[in-house]
Amino acid sequence: MTRPSPSTAAVARAILAKDLRVELRTLQSVPAMLLFATTVFVIFRFGLDRTRLDGGLAAGVLLVTILFAALLAINRIFVAEREQGGFEAIRLAPADATALFFAKAAALLVYLAVLELFALPVFWLFFLDSGAGLAPLVPVLLLLDIALAVTGALISPMATNSRARDLIGPLILLPLLIPAMIAAAGAGQHLLAAGGVSYEQFGTWLAVLGLYDLVFLLIGWAAFDFLIED
Amino acid sequence: MSDPAPEPADATALRADGLSHAYGDRWVLRDVSLGLDEGQTLAVLGSNGAGKSTLLRILATLLRPTEGGVEVLGCELPREAWKVRGRIGLLGHQPLLYRDLDARENLHFHARLFALPGGGEERAAELLERVGLSHRASTRVDEMSAGMIRRLAVCRALLHEPDLLILDEPLANLDPAGVEEVAPLLGPAPGRTRVLVTHDVDAALAEADRVLGLERDGRVAFALPVGEVDAERARRVYSERAGAR
Repeated sequence: MTRPSPSTAAVARAILAKDLRVELRTLQSVPAMLLFATTVFVIFRFGLDRTRLDGGLAAGVLLVTILFAALLAINRIFVAEREQGGFEAIRLAPADATALFFAKAAALLVYLAVLELFALPVFWLFFLDSGAGLAPLVPVLLLLDIALAVTGALISPMATNSRARDLIGPLILLPLLIPAMIAAAGAGQHLLAAGGVSYEQFGTWLAVLGLYDLVFLLIGWAAFDFLIED
Repeated sequence: MSDPAPEPADATALRADGLSHAYGDRWVLRDVSLGLDEGQTLAVLGSNGAGKSTLLRILATLLRPTEGGVEVLGCELPREAWKVRGRIGLLGHQPLLYRDLDARENLHFHARLFALPGGGEERAAELLERVGLSHRASTRVDEMSAGMIRRLAVCRALLHEPDLLILDEPLANLDPAGVEEVAPLLGPAPGRTRVLVTHDVDAALAEADRVLGLERDGRVAFALPVGEVDAERARRVYSERAGAR
């Protein structure tokens, strides 16, 4: 019996809904990310022996914390598909496999948004005199989150399919993310400067982040089907 | 434009020609050639490691053959795999179910992957009833016994009413009551082609139209209509010496 194939968007929505339902039920990734971020802030506070940060150092502490918290979720995002046959189930369906890529990137984006809703106030409390720089930091974090989510969804299936997935994922992912981190830190350091919020080169860094996101979205769209082939 | 030519009554559902597969430099399937008409059942016999599951994965479009050609439901693999996906139901060793979802949620998820009308709710409810899991529809898979998971996997494989049913020891883990409930669902049906892997030679010979015997090294011992294979010959593929070359 031949039926119409589901659209890529419909399949992506189904996978995303499944992932969010499982995360709400099991709390495997997001609570670990929140706990990790809080712990890292505490370590930086006592390790640097500083109660107030600004400029490049403040941006660096925040962005590195988000990056490493994201790795926790990225390492786990395809584990259920690998261990419980999700890859095979999706490849047996008349569905475009890139739906899986978009769904996983969207799920990571949701996890990162929840992380930042929690982590930004904690960061402010721990390290900042003023929260004035946090609102303009939101678009920077959004574009960085897209970068983390898209590259994470692209690299994670390769890592998940290897025996040393905890090692392979970060080893491939971190070098790929250097341009995005440089751009986010470049925009963030002026927003968190000691003398008040400055928008120096803000637009340029946002454009770099946007371009990075677009390039990796296109790579994911083109290459993901090939990456999950047996 | 003229009307398309009517399909012949016995169109070919499966065709393999010189099909081989290797994992690295280890060949597990060698030079398999076979044919099966639509609506027929192919039984695949062979001892552990003879390449049966690899053959099933190739036919299910999950694995690319290393050598040789294969055609499933009129589509050449792997080039036209996208055309045939959605028409195959696979019941393998892995149930392909999410442990943290309940039975109904799992079937709803699969129904969405296959774009079933109404989210497949009616079909899911009917299948759960048929396998005796209606009262467990809200039970999470990680709280189910192996037999219940197998029954749910049967529902998952049949949910989209596939034209080709690929069954790898489909009655494993089922108690006699479970076998009684599930076996009719997986049996021959109009328009349904089946590939059945089983170690139960008598059942295979009773159900199949054609039989493929694989030796331990993945070579074909025989590929014949069921009438030309007796039980003794079929059992020979399980003997220690078979495939020793």
